[in-house]
Amino acid sequence: MFFGADNAGVMKLYCEYKQMKSLLKGAWTSMFFVTEALAQTGLPPQGTEYAARFDSLYNFLIGLSAFFFAIVIIGMVVFAIKYRDRAGWKAKYIHGNTALEIFWTAIPTVLVLIVFAWGWILYKDIRTPPSDAMEIKVIGKQWLWQFQYEDGRTLVNEVYVPVGKPVKLIMTSDDVLHGFFIPNFRIKRDVVPGMHGYIWFEATKEGRHQVYCTAYCGTAHSGMLASLYALNEKDWSDFQRGKKINVEPAHIPLAFGGVAPNDSGAAPSSGGSLAEQGKKLSQTKGCVACHTEDGTTRIGPSYKGLWGSKVELADGSTVIFNEDYVTESIYEPNKKVVKGFVPSMPTFKGQVSAEEINALIAYFKSIK
Amino acid sequence: MSHDEHHAGESSNYLNHGKGIMSWLATLDHKRIGIMYLWTTLLFFFFGGIAALLVRYELIAPGQTIMTADQYNKAFTYHGTIMVFMVIIPLIPAALGNFFLPMQVGAKDVAFPRLNLASYYVYLAGAALATSTLFLKGVDTGWTFYTPYSIRTGTNASMVVMGAFIMGFSSIFTGLNFIVTIHKLRAPGLTWSRLPLFCWALYATSIIQVLATPVIALTTFLLFLERAMGIGIFDPALGGDPVLFQHFFWFYSHPAVYIMVLPGMGVINEIIPVFSRKPMFGYTAMALAIFGIALVSFVVWGHHMFVSNQSDLANFLFSLITMFVAVPTGVKVFGWVATMYKGRIIFKTPMLYAFAFLFVFTIGGLTGIFLATLASDVHLTHTYFVVAHFHYVMVGGTIMAFLGGMHYWWPKIWGRMYNETQAKLACLVIFLGFNVTFFPQFVLGSRGMPRRYYDYLPEFTALNRMSTYGSWMIGAGLLWVAIYMIYAIYRGEKASSNPWNAMTLEWQTTSPPHHENFTTIPKVTDGPYEFKDA
Repeated sequence: MFFGADNAGVMKLYCEYKQMKSLLKGAWTSMFFVTEALAQTGLPPQGTEYAARFDSLYNFLIGLSAFFFAIVIIGMVVFAIKYRDRAGWKAKYIHGNTALEIFWTAIPTVLVLIVFAWGWILYKDIRTPPSDAMEIKVIGKQWLWQFQYEDGRTLVNEVYVPVGKPVKLIMTSDDVLHGFFIPNFRIKRDVVPGMHGYIWFEATKEGRHQVYCTAYCGTAHSGMLASLYALNEKDWSDFQRGKKINVEPAHIPLAFGGVAPNDSGAAPSSGGSLAEQGKKLSQTKGCVACHTEDGTTRIGPSYKGLWGSKVELADGSTVIFNEDYVTESIYEPNKKVVKGFVPSMPTFKGQVSAEEINALIAYFKSIK
Repeated sequence: MSHDEHHAGESSNYLNHGKGIMSWLATLDHKRIGIMYLWTTLLFFFFGGIAALLVRYELIAPGQTIMTADQYNKAFTYHGTIMVFMVIIPLIPAALGNFFLPMQVGAKDVAFPRLNLASYYVYLAGAALATSTLFLKGVDTGWTFYTPYSIRTGTNASMVVMGAFIMGFSSIFTGLNFIVTIHKLRAPGLTWSRLPLFCWALYATSIIQVLATPVIALTTFLLFLERAMGIGIFDPALGGDPVLFQHFFWFYSHPAVYIMVLPGMGVINEIIPVFSRKPMFGYTAMALAIFGIALVSFVVWGHHMFVSNQSDLANFLFSLITMFVAVPTGVKVFGWVATMYKGRIIFKTPMLYAFAFLFVFTIGGLTGIFLATLASDVHLTHTYFVVAHFHYVMVGGTIMAFLGGMHYWWPKIWGRMYNETQAKLACLVIFLGFNVTFFPQFVLGSRGMPRRYYDYLPEFTALNRMSTYGSWMIGAGLLWVAIYMIYAIYRGEKASSNPWNAMTLEWQTTSPPHHENFTTIPKVTDGPYEFKDA
């Protein structure tokens, strides 16, 4: 059933209705949103030198559009007022004006050709990576991003790159279309199964840059986020030597708007209790795209109240949700699928260490 | 134009010619078929609008608001599929066009009345098949049915694409009918250079419908075969090519954008001269521009695919050619404004919608240049910028023009006037609501918010909230229009045969027109916008 209306849903709607009433009561408060909204116009921060050149083109287009929009609207408003219907006023018969018509055909033609050329010149830059660019392989799968480095490391939903060095991401998909988009760098490319596409960039701004999936890919499309960390020289050499990078906002600033994301893709940390570490891992490894801790069912079962319980499997047998089942399910997720769910989870073999599994186990235990 | 039509038989008209439900369901009268199309498309418009309100309400705040991610994905898919295939494509041509094209050319009916009726039932069958999936697992692919997701999804994509396949035939039937009607059934003296621009727009639309629709029919059929029988055409897992689907899809769907917007331009072409009491500025250029747009529309489909991994050479060519869409579009916009120059502007509701159209469509057109330019498209495509752009073109263009046309022709269709004050206020509410809804989406998109997102980062909250408030304004405005328009049918003041003093032929007969439109076939002696009353 579409929009299945169970009791919880009806209650929820009722609560929404009450919320809406209070919302309408405070009509004045909505003025606040308008001011806040206006303060947010403009493009995201510039994470590369290319982004600055992109913004010049974008601003030129804004100016050009504003100019033509003004001509049309001022013309319309002035004519509407000046020549409005009133006693004694008669329309003047004009069937056209060839010179004027040629003029307003020719000028836009020239302008759009200039815009085209400008767009092509910039586009050529983002299609022409330097030959010494560092390569990172990217795999999109429902619903997470995997990054494979030349040294054999694989990261999920987080990728580290050096500032000031060209980086080329060679991208493919494991299942359906995905799209790899870094707004701060102004670049995007579809990630297509059976094809290897690429993007390249040279980060100039140190910090965390948001990555989105931009090609609709199903249930958790909007949860398919990643963080790109552009590291300074010291952090980058630490990363290359296999050291864990401290990505706390205090150490690596957010290069996006200054607001920390609330869901997946959040900065991981080695700090906190084991269960807290596990919770952060469930975000950085992309678990949250499909599994919740509040009992809501997404693509996979929620962790809520699962620990130690008897779980019914698709084949009718049962299993206790314990350390062994968690480990097995992370490494071979489709071996014992819970009843009512389709086998769709990818394996995390080689991407989640034994220590990290322990942290996740501590986290699952903590969700009553 | 001719004035030899007299008020013959006030009491006998197409509405009371024949009684009972069968006199409607089996009618061959183009006017009644037009009315059936009108109510049916409006019904789907209502459903599509409800889906839109649900989508917007879900997005009022980040996280879950009223539905799950899967329900949200279905809601936006139904919104898009219903609005594109069941509303915007048939709305103006099949409803207003069916009613007024034969009248504007001075004919008793379309060339093939039975084909016309068939087109309605084919449309109804396709639409019913597609929407019945609401109760059969739904569909969550988005209206674009991109592969391989649409092949792998467990939802009912097969039935929806077959619905689109069937509706395509309806579109072809209507297009064919209009082309032959314009060629063969014009009244004596109605030369090509005296043809109303609404007819020119429908003519260009019909050509696109006849030429492009078979491609989408084949594409959806291939998709169906792949889903049903596992033939590997688009899914790489079966040896297919997912980008090929995008080429096929947009080879139809880009021209389809003009199937949606050209009739709207045609309506505006009728309204502006009548309410400026002046001939259309540059009639020939306006007609040529329509064909310029139609022609170019066939060779620009690749601009939907600049980041799809198609070749850079293809990107170069598609971007270059797309730029030339701006030229005839500019000619049209400038022509409309210039028509008002030294006119006598009458502020009636249809003209207010024409103003709204000009405002909104100009923004839609100009933001199209951002998306035609390669580098800026790379940043903006797949984001809310695109969502805002095409709503400015399709809602701002087509729906505003449709509402203008509905107010313009309502007195002719029903022989009754609506309440002018209410109509003007409702127009204002819709216009403001539209901009409050969609303008913030340009900003959301340029700041990076991707489209088809169930959840979003908290910094996007304010703009999303504003957009949702706007959607309520549009909903309220449209509801208001529905109320006073339906009221007008039953209780409205009697309309004269030509309340706007227009010169085109549909106004030279009674309101509502009688069964065969004209008592004697009119003779045309002058252009469609030679008002002479100055």
